[in-house]
Amino acid sequence: MSLRIKVQHGFAGFDLDVDIDLPHGVSVLFGPSGSGKTTLINAVAGLLRPDHGRIAVDDWVLLDTTGRRNLAPHRRRIGYIFQDARLFPHLTVRQNLAYGRWFAPRDARVESMDRTVDLLGIGHLLARRPGTLSGGEKQRVAIGRALLSGPRLILADEPLAALDEARKAEILPYFERLRDEVAVPILYVSHASAEVARLATTVVALREGRVIACGPPAQVLGDVGVVGARGAASLLTARVVAHHADGLTELATGAGTLWLPRIGDAAGATLQVRIMAQDVILSRDRPVGLSALNILHGTISDLRLGDGPGAMVTLAVDEDRLSARITRRSVEAMGLAKGQTCHAVIKTVAVAPDDIGTGRPSPPSHD
Amino acid sequence: MGSDWASWLGPAEWQAVRLSIRVSFWATLASLPLGIFVAYALARWDFWGKQVLNGIVHLPLILPPVVTGYLLLITFGRRGPVGEFLDAWFGIVLSFRWTGAAVAAAIMAFPLMVRAIRLAIEAVDPKLEAAASTLGASRPWVFATVTLPLILPGIIAGSILAFAKAIGEFGATITFVSNIPGQTQTIPSAIYAFLQVPGGQDSATRLVIIAIIIAMAALLLSEYLARRVAKRVAGS
Repeated sequence: MSLRIKVQHGFAGFDLDVDIDLPHGVSVLFGPSGSGKTTLINAVAGLLRPDHGRIAVDDWVLLDTTGRRNLAPHRRRIGYIFQDARLFPHLTVRQNLAYGRWFAPRDARVESMDRTVDLLGIGHLLARRPGTLSGGEKQRVAIGRALLSGPRLILADEPLAALDEARKAEILPYFERLRDEVAVPILYVSHASAEVARLATTVVALREGRVIACGPPAQVLGDVGVVGARGAASLLTARVVAHHADGLTELATGAGTLWLPRIGDAAGATLQVRIMAQDVILSRDRPVGLSALNILHGTISDLRLGDGPGAMVTLAVDEDRLSARITRRSVEAMGLAKGQTCHAVIKTVAVAPDDIGTGRPSPPSHD
Repeated sequence: MGSDWASWLGPAEWQAVRLSIRVSFWATLASLPLGIFVAYALARWDFWGKQVLNGIVHLPLILPPVVTGYLLLITFGRRGPVGEFLDAWFGIVLSFRWTGAAVAAAIMAFPLMVRAIRLAIEAVDPKLEAAASTLGASRPWVFATVTLPLILPGIIAGSILAFAKAIGEFGATITFVSNIPGQTQTIPSAIYAFLQVPGGQDSATRLVIIAIIIAMAALLLSEYLARRVAKRVAGS
């Protein structure tokens, strides 16, 4: 079970040359603008014909330039969620939602309208026209419209990029529910690492048309070569224990208790918390008298000195990895080395709400 | 009311009004599918000879109407190559018939119709059409369910403009199908004819008033319809 994309395409500025095999779940194409993300997703949708390539969802071949197979976009059974929603202005929300379903083949597994409307919370909008909706509402309807066309693959091209922070926070949970509750694989384009951390089961990092890294988000987002030393981050798995009266939420991790600003999820929920490497302080001994509430312990599993004054120290924390970006001078002064135990200090307020996502299922092991 | 009208207009004048409306109606309706097709081709397709097609479509706007009428006469006239063929194979005769007047009116009105529809098509975001195709709609379906509803205001405006133009067409019509009462004598031809005979001035004046009323009504109707449709299409 996989999405196989092999594409070569020449542009005036650069060549796109990608060959990836993605497991089901949410695969995020991650990279700066101009790295070829949208070109790649448009090739999958059939809106752009690459010079050479083969694209297949499982055994459903969408394009094979050697076999001269090139399915028209309307035959590809793809639900495409665009950055600009692209709802049909002359149709009501209900008609927009029903549009794709009308063209779906009879044997297609189509989500029920009621369930989709519930999932996206758009029941009160059905009779309205797109012109009267807010940006966030439009995007939710666009997600529903794609879902209801009975797709074998959902494509999303930076669906949150045009929205402000509040609207992003409104939409992201719906993509998480899509990932967790709908069995259709999703190919998602993004240049925001917070989004990647929350949604991805697999991350494909693109730069100038090439894949520079491909793997689980914890690995790719911690890779200094992909995100840069300033962008490096770790993903910690944590379980909500309790909400406290002073506005903090207590979470349990394999390496100790984590205190974060109040989270909406109920006790017992498992979450993924993104922690930026530059927000982590290391200490050989357990520090006392600190304002920072979170002191986790782990074993140094990796230590890399940068070309400049910085160094990246990675701790093995239970099943997860936690990276800290500190100076080379500190590495020497503290005498840090692989295999040592160490304490990591994280300020509670360094973790923003969009750093916290619902726990994703690991990619299915039966592929 | 009807009898007032009937008595206000003489039988010859009535005949001209009825004929004008019939000629313009059919001229507009029959050229509409081709008008939409040509407008779509000019707006969306790149093909060899596009500028030539564009030129031919707009030629009647720039040529003296008499020249257009003459060209119609030598092609569609009974001895003309197309006219002879139509007569021999289908028994269709255009010259000196109301159908010929409709053809002349349609050709003269065609550039206005195509122009209005083409502008409407160019205003439709191709991204919406791409979205429809990813949802499973084939090209004809995309056109029928997305493009066509969105360009409806342009189609209405273009049709009414073409209708008004057809009502007023004179030069090409009189050259091609002459000025036969009841057959090819439309309002402008009738006004011209009345002005040639002594005492025809009153009839001419009444027809002038009718012409103004029809033109005005057409404009108001098109404005009203276009605004209603635009409101719907804008999605509010």
